[in-house]
Amino acid sequence: MAGVAVSTTINGDAVEYLCQPDETLLEVLRDRLGLTGAKEGCGTGDCGACSVIVDGRLVCSCLVLGAEAEGRKVETIEGMAHGDQLHPLQQKFLEHAALQCGICTPGFLIAAKDLLAKNPSPTEEEIRFGLAGNLCRCTGYDKIVRAVQDAANVMKGA
Amino acid sequence: MNFDPRFSGRKFASVGTRPIRPDGIDKVTGRARYGADFNMAGQLVGRILRSPHAHAVIKSIDTSKAEKLAGVKAVITAKDLPDLTDGDAAMYDILDNSMARKKALYDGHAVAAVAAIDARTARQALKLIEVDYEVLPHITDVDEAAHHHAPLINDQVYTEGLEEKPAKPSNITKRTQFGHGDVHKGFAEADFVVERSFKTEQTHQGYIEPHACVASVNADGTADLWVCTQGHFVYRQHCAQLLGLEASKLRVTSSEIGGGFGGKTHVWAEPVALALSRKAGRPVKLVMTRDEVFRASGPTSATSIDVKIGARKDGTITAAEATLRYSCGPYAGSWAEIGAMTAFACYKLENVKTVGYEVLVNRPKTAAYRAPSAPMAAFAVESVVDELAKELGMDAVDFRIKNAAQEGTRSSYGPVYGPIGIGPTLEAVKNHPHMKAPLKANQGRGMACGFWFNFGGQTCTDLNIGMDGSVSLAVGTVDVGGSRASLSLVAAEELGIDYSQVKAIVADTSSLGYNDMTDGSRGTFSSSMATISAARNAIKILRERAAQTWDIPVEDVVWEKGHAIAKGEKYGNLSPLSLKEIAASSGKTGGPIAGHSELVADGAGVSFATHICDVEVDPETGSTRVIRYTVVQDAGKAVHPTYVEGQYQGGAAQGIGWALNEEYIYGKDGRLQNAGFLDYRIPVCSDLPMIDTQILEIPNPNHPYGVRGVGETSIVPPLAAIANAVSNAVGVRMTHIPMSPPRILAALDAEREG
Repeated sequence: MAGVAVSTTINGDAVEYLCQPDETLLEVLRDRLGLTGAKEGCGTGDCGACSVIVDGRLVCSCLVLGAEAEGRKVETIEGMAHGDQLHPLQQKFLEHAALQCGICTPGFLIAAKDLLAKNPSPTEEEIRFGLAGNLCRCTGYDKIVRAVQDAANVMKGA
Repeated sequence: MNFDPRFSGRKFASVGTRPIRPDGIDKVTGRARYGADFNMAGQLVGRILRSPHAHAVIKSIDTSKAEKLAGVKAVITAKDLPDLTDGDAAMYDILDNSMARKKALYDGHAVAAVAAIDARTARQALKLIEVDYEVLPHITDVDEAAHHHAPLINDQVYTEGLEEKPAKPSNITKRTQFGHGDVHKGFAEADFVVERSFKTEQTHQGYIEPHACVASVNADGTADLWVCTQGHFVYRQHCAQLLGLEASKLRVTSSEIGGGFGGKTHVWAEPVALALSRKAGRPVKLVMTRDEVFRASGPTSATSIDVKIGARKDGTITAAEATLRYSCGPYAGSWAEIGAMTAFACYKLENVKTVGYEVLVNRPKTAAYRAPSAPMAAFAVESVVDELAKELGMDAVDFRIKNAAQEGTRSSYGPVYGPIGIGPTLEAVKNHPHMKAPLKANQGRGMACGFWFNFGGQTCTDLNIGMDGSVSLAVGTVDVGGSRASLSLVAAEELGIDYSQVKAIVADTSSLGYNDMTDGSRGTFSSSMATISAARNAIKILRERAAQTWDIPVEDVVWEKGHAIAKGEKYGNLSPLSLKEIAASSGKTGGPIAGHSELVADGAGVSFATHICDVEVDPETGSTRVIRYTVVQDAGKAVHPTYVEGQYQGGAAQGIGWALNEEYIYGKDGRLQNAGFLDYRIPVCSDLPMIDTQILEIPNPNHPYGVRGVGETSIVPPLAAIANAVSNAVGVRMTHIPMSPPRILAALDAEREG
C-alpha cells in the first residue's frame, strides 16, 4: 500500500510524515513520531488515554486517521508544558496526587485542558461529566476532580 | 548486622508528610515509559492467534502459509515452547496457559503466534494459520461446573482434600476447611439463625494499560525483557525456566506500570515474546489488545457462597459457617481457600467452620485481583451479619462491635491476632457524621467490614550515597502507585536528611538481589523495612568515617538529624559532621558509602476497614447511584497520607464497579460477549461521588515505624456495604453481584409476586 504524505502542525511545530491510509493518528504519533505520551488503552475510543486536541476539538487519536491530520493543528501532552513551566493542570495533578499509575494521566490532562478552555469555571458535576470519557482505574477520580477544581481557580486568577 | 524490626514509637520528621512524588513530573509530561513505550533496534511486531472455542482439542496446526508470507520472520506454536517444567504442575499450567499444548481451554486461549516486520503483516499472517479443532462440550458457570454431570475440563483431576481419593475425576480440584469449635453445638445455642446463598460474577482488574513487553534473545544465550509487571524478578524466574535460560543471563526491566491490581503478577505473553525472538533472531514487541486483555488475561473468580450465622438474643454470635465455591479458570488454584480463610476474619467466634471448593471452568485462568477472593466472601458474610442484626433488633454497627475480633482473638483461619483495627474502625464509623446524615426516598445506607492478611516477603534494597551527599535508593518492588515517594520519605527519615536529597528508582533484575512480587500490599511495608535496614547500615559506615576523621572511637559517635556527633564533653570542640561533609571526603576515608539490605519482611500486620455507603435506587429502572461513600481503614502508619487516601479511594471505586455493574458475560457458545470497555463498563468520573477517607493508625508492632500494607483491604467491604445499602433502599435482600438494573428489577418483581 502506498503511503499518504501528510503535512501538519504538532504542538506548534510543522511536521511531515508518510503513513498508511488505514493507520490511526495514535499509531503515527507513537510509532512514527516517537510521541508516546498518548497511550493506547483500548483502541476503540472507550478509555480516553489517547486523547489529543485537533483544531481545538478533543478527540481520541485512536479513532482519527493519521491522514486526517493534514493541514490541522494537533496538540498532545508533550506540548502542554512551556519549557520548564508546567501547565497549572500538570502542577495541580502533582500536588493533589491525582495520579497513581499515571497511564491515564496524559489523556486526563488533555481532556481537562479542553474542558477548562470551554468552561473556565466548571462545577463539580460539569467536571465529572466533562471527564467522563476518560477511564482511571486507580484513583476513584476524587483527587482528579479536586486537582481540576484547583487548577481552574489558579487559571482564573492568572 | 542484626536488624531490629520492632516498632519503636519514634517521632517523625519526614514520614507522614505529603511531598510530590519523584516520578510525578515524567507522568504529567508524557515522558514516563510504560510497557508499550519502549523500542529496540530491528524490533519485530508479535501477535497471538487465539482459540475461538471455549473447549476444543487442537488436532493440528498448519503454519506453512503464514511462514511464506513476505515480512513474517517467525511463527511459533506450543512445539516451540517444549515442556521444561520437570514435574512442576503449577509451572506446567503457566506454560500451557501461555500457549495451548493439546486443548484450547477457553475462548481466547493462545494457540500460535507470529513475529513480522509490522502489525499489518502480523495480522495477515494470523489469518493464514490453519488450526483444526475438535470442539468439546464446555462449562462456564461455577455451580454447573461443580455438578457431577458437568463436562470434565481435565479428566486427570481428582478432588484433593477429601478423606478418601474419589473414584471419579471432577472439576473440583481441591477442598479446604478452616475453623475451630463445634458449629452444631453453636447453632443449637442460637436464638436466631440466618442462612442464605449468594453469587458473584467474574470481574477483571481493568488496568488501563494492556500487557506489553519487548523481548530480545541473543544467540549467546543472553536475553533482555522490558515489561510492565508487578514483579520482574518472578517474571525472570518463570520465563528463564520456561525458555531454558539461565536466570542471571535474562535481564528483566520493569517499565512504569499502568495499573496491575494483581493482574500483572502472572506471565502470559512474555514467554511467547521470548520464544518468538529466539526463533526470529530479532527483538519482538508484543502488546495485547484490550480484547485480548479481557479474553485471555486473568480475571477474578466467579463465586457461589452459602453462609449461616446464629446468635443469642443478647447479640453474641454462637456459630458461623460458610461453604464457598470459586472458579479458577481451567487450571488448579487456591482461590476458594483464601475466601474460606478471610470470610469470618473480622469476628471473635467460638464456633466457626468454612469450606472452600476450587472449581474448574472454561474461562481464563483466574488471577489475583486486589485482596483476591476476600470481597466475595465479605459480601456474603456481611450481608448475613446485617440481616441477623435486623432479626435481633440490633443496630448493624453495634452488633458488629459486640462480636468484633480483638487483640488475642484466635482468628477463624488459625493465628491469634496482635493489635488490630477492626474495633477502632467500627467505633469511628459509629461516630462518623455520615451515619447520622438524613436519607431521602429511595435512598438506603449500608455499612460493612473487611479484612486482608497483607504480605511481607523477600526484599532487597540498596542505598548509595553520592559524593555530593545525595542519596540513591534502588528498590526491587515495582512502584504501582507512589511507593517511590513513600520509600524516599523513609530513607530521609532514617538518615535525618531532606526528602529532596533522596531519589528512589526501581532497579532491574541484574542490578539488585531477588525481590518477591509487589503483591499482598507489600510494596511500602517490605521495602520500607529494607530501606530502614539499609539506611542503618549506611549510618554505621558514616559514623565510622566520622570517627576516623576525628580519630576517636566509633562508639563515641552518634547519628542525629543527618549529622555525626561526637558524644561527650571531651569532644566539645568537634563540630558535627553532616552527611554531605562525610560524603565529600569519602574518597579519602575508605571509598564509597552505601547501605545494603536483604531480608524477609515478616510480620506484615493484618488490616481491617469499615465502609459506609449511601445509594439511591430508581425503582422504575433499577438503576443505582452511589451518592455518598466513606472509607475508614487502619494504615498502621500512613507514610505518605495522600497516597494512602488514594489507595482507599481507588479500592472503593473498584468495589463500586464490581457491586453495581461489572461482569463477564458468556454466551451459550462459551464465548465472552463483552470483551471491551464499552460493554464491560468500569466506573467513570460521572458515576461516582467524592470518596471520603479516614486513616486510623494502630501501629504494627513488627515494623520499625508501625507500617501496615494499605493497598488491598479497601476493595473488601464495598460489595457488602453497597449490597446492604441497596437492600435497605429497596427492602429486598440482594444476593447476586453485580446488582445491575435488571437484577434489581427482578428482585423487586419477585418480592411483589411474593
